Amino acid sequence: MIHVVDMTLLAFLALVAIAITRMTNLFATSVLTGVYSLLMACIFTVLDAVDVAFTEAAVGAGISTVLFLATLSLTTQREKPQRSPNWKALCVALLTGGALVYGTFDMPHFGDPQAPVHQHVGPHYIGVSPTQIGVPNMVTSVLASYRGYDTLGETAVIFTACMAVLLLLQHEKRRDEQSAVEEKPDKEAMEHAMILRVQSKFFIPLILLFGLYVQFHGDFGPGGGFQAGVIFAAGIILYSLVNGLDKARQIIPPNVLHGLVAFGLLLYAGTGLASLFMDGNFLQYRALAEEATHGEHIGILLIELGVGVTVATVMTSMFFSFSGRRRS
Amino acid sequence: MSDALGLYNYWIAIFLMMVGFYNVIASGNLVKKLIGLSIFQTSVFLLYITMGKVKDGTAPILGDGYDTFSNPLPHVLILTAIVVGIATTAVGLALVVRIQEHFGTIEEDELIAQEDSP
Repeated sequence: MIHVVDMTLLAFLALVAIAITRMTNLFATSVLTGVYSLLMACIFTVLDAVDVAFTEAAVGAGISTVLFLATLSLTTQREKPQRSPNWKALCVALLTGGALVYGTFDMPHFGDPQAPVHQHVGPHYIGVSPTQIGVPNMVTSVLASYRGYDTLGETAVIFTACMAVLLLLQHEKRRDEQSAVEEKPDKEAMEHAMILRVQSKFFIPLILLFGLYVQFHGDFGPGGGFQAGVIFAAGIILYSLVNGLDKARQIIPPNVLHGLVAFGLLLYAGTGLASLFMDGNFLQYRALAEEATHGEHIGILLIELGVGVTVATVMTSMFFSFSGRRRS
Repeated sequence: MSDALGLYNYWIAIFLMMVGFYNVIASGNLVKKLIGLSIFQTSVFLLYITMGKVKDGTAPILGDGYDTFSNPLPHVLILTAIVVGIATTAVGLALVVRIQEHFGTIEEDELIAQEDSP
């Protein structure tokens, strides 16, 4: 049964990918990438990766689509039509693909429990983490505790990417804001879309509440800082899409937003330093409390909070910088 | 036949990777290139998650009555990679916006033509 579902979804995915390649209308292409990500999220659910499915659905179908559309509104909606398929590129892709397919014949089959992937640290994490960390969701214990260094690095990458976007797009911001006030304030706001406004009023609190649930229930069920941050940001982005950027900026001033971007990362690194000063190693949470598992719980709660704050504010400020830019 | 059934997921991952690859090298539009790049990226996600799946396993969350779990490690790697991926894609999109503002186009051949003519 799982094979049938898996194969059908994957076939759909391949079709959508072909459609994306063939279309020259970039607006339609961006919306199709949303469909693509949603299908991908379904496949991740079938393959038992519920945490990943969560993230893919919120990021791929939500935020990345919005960012692509924001870019299109600043550039162009149509791709220059190409005369014919690029045969050289097609050949290169086919050759590479053929070589890779040839390589798969040595790969362990789908779901094989004897595959090399399942021989080393994987079973160790599954066997030991419930007693060592005391958190039912193993993905959370691996993410936050065993591989805490990795996650700190990833959070730093997100932080850096946000800095890069701000540096690229905040430039000349002042002048933009003045001219925006002189013209009409926020022409993008969907003041007149009655149905959308009423619905969003109903949905936004639910989205934000769900974000908080995902954040704090991440130890016990699917969820955690990354997913919660993205969901929270999606709620704020929905608000500013419907009510306009200026109103959203009034609620969350850019200064506060940028402060929080740094705060999340500092909270993460600070938790590491705290355990260092309490006679443990860097990010060794068991030093944080008398009892080892209690310390782990405190550590995971704090760093997940740090990740959640950074991810939510990074996504929001990226969206603000894209949509704050006026078309030249 | 068992080969086809057992390797199907990998083949689709490779197909998606090549579709993304084709878009990156063949498309002249910078936004389309970035879309191709993100398809390429998701194909790698699919490959990792496929490898993490264990037959008759369940999601790696402890619960009564379950003792076979899929491997949580690929999930962790990909979970963070997705969020990092969108962050870096956003940097790419920001660069595209700046290129449009500076050159007035995001088509590769027009950009090259502008660079060549003084």
